[in-house]
Amino acid sequence: MNIEELKSSISAILPSAVYDETGEFLNVNIASEELYPLINELRSNSEFDFDYLFCLTCIDWKDHLMMVYHLLSKTHNHTIVLKAKISNRENSEIATVCNIWRTAELLEREVFDLFGIKFINHPDLRRLFLSDDWNGYPLRKDYVDENMISL
Amino acid sequence: MRGLIEDDYVTEEGEFVINMGPQHPSTHGVLHLKVWLDGETVKKVQPHLGYIHRSIEKMSESLSYRNFIFATSRMDYLAAHINNEACALTVEKGLQLEVPDRAKYIRTILAELTRLQSHLLWWGCTGLDLGAVTPFFYAFREREFIMEIMEETCGARLTQNFMVPGGVMYDIHPNFQKRTKEVLSQIKGKFQEYDNIMTGNVIFENRTKGVGFLSKEDAISYGVTGPTARASGVSCDIRKLIPYSAYNQVQFDEILDNGGDCYARYMIRMQEMKQSVSIIEQLIDNIPEGEFQAKTKNVIKLPKGEFYQRVETPRGELGVFIVSDGAASPYRIKYRSPGFSNLSALPLMAKGGKIGDLVAIMSTIDLVIPDIDR
Repeated sequence: MNIEELKSSISAILPSAVYDETGEFLNVNIASEELYPLINELRSNSEFDFDYLFCLTCIDWKDHLMMVYHLLSKTHNHTIVLKAKISNRENSEIATVCNIWRTAELLEREVFDLFGIKFINHPDLRRLFLSDDWNGYPLRKDYVDENMISL
Repeated sequence: MRGLIEDDYVTEEGEFVINMGPQHPSTHGVLHLKVWLDGETVKKVQPHLGYIHRSIEKMSESLSYRNFIFATSRMDYLAAHINNEACALTVEKGLQLEVPDRAKYIRTILAELTRLQSHLLWWGCTGLDLGAVTPFFYAFREREFIMEIMEETCGARLTQNFMVPGGVMYDIHPNFQKRTKEVLSQIKGKFQEYDNIMTGNVIFENRTKGVGFLSKEDAISYGVTGPTARASGVSCDIRKLIPYSAYNQVQFDEILDNGGDCYARYMIRMQEMKQSVSIIEQLIDNIPEGEFQAKTKNVIKLPKGEFYQRVETPRGELGVFIVSDGAASPYRIKYRSPGFSNLSALPLMAKGGKIGDLVAIMSTIDLVIPDIDR
């Protein structure tokens, strides 16, 4: 599918999706509650067939958090970037995708560890790198560590 | 580790829980695996990470676009060139900067020399892990010549920091072409020797054939890349799919295998070494004259936006994702490191096998721990 076809097909599933084509890939902006039905369809529908999640991460935009999913289809060779906005910083949560792509299990644990996002239905949500009693989430922009030395 | 003390050492089903690592020779670093064993059979594996996590992503947020690249040499220290190249390419993508042809050729040659030395080290260590000591000495004998070339041109053996935004830091050393050709002709004569001592060995084949199977579907689902995925039949060589630097100027094959076991992964890397030699041979006499670095401003500022670059390291696909807000340092950087995703498939591959096979699997995934922890 080319970009126009992707846009119209995604809009048929989720009319509220907002597109951004300024970057290298097609960006699809959605709200965090809308993530799972859409992303499940993107994987299971053979017209999309996004079988390869090659990057999963989070960005802290200070007033909200944003989950970023880079998806690629090995069969159709098309790529999209799905961005889910999480407005609630204090109690941030989003559906897990690790039953769709197994690689997400460790990647989501990393995001939980460093950004503090809770993944609903994740089978084993524990801190990945830091110790269990660590305070705060280091990759958040408001994280303060008194021992941190600025270069 | 709190998690360890809380658990019983023997579960209710009679399984023993043991810790492999973080100080275990076969983990090539500080990887800690918690293994559930029924006799010698592996029931479950759980990796524990973070022993050398330096938070390079967080550090990079306060470094300039020139400086953050140097930290990436410490991620996958066996492929420092390629990590640096990935970052340089991402910054160039943001600046829409055209790199001189000479720099592209030098980058590609150095990247392939890096791949060669990384695979050589892997070959030696695999032998060591599976009980053969001699290959280690063979591999390091040839690898040393490559390291000397690196030292002469880049000034360092492992953490070269030679790729900068716009090209390479210096021009190549006058001896570079001559010595590279000498080393290549030497290594080409040794491949047969490597095969004689390891590939056809009965003990080695018994330890690797049919061990640690990974199917094509699982490889894609787990995000496995590099030789590990290609051994399961997944076409994923970024050098072929999205050519960068001078890879569109050279002829080479993407090596694929459908075996999916440790032996297939071994064979893929053995053949990739020959492909690397061929790539360097095609480029080494044709390095174009001209500038080795494009002109850049003293303080690099990327325009607002997001930039993603994928490159092929010896271990798989490295992705660099830079989010810029227009300032002189990145707003957010994410490294999609190959080792991290490859490791996530280890519990699946090891399940149901013997504890000795776990060593063979770890060895043929070719894990580099700083790449996983970052």
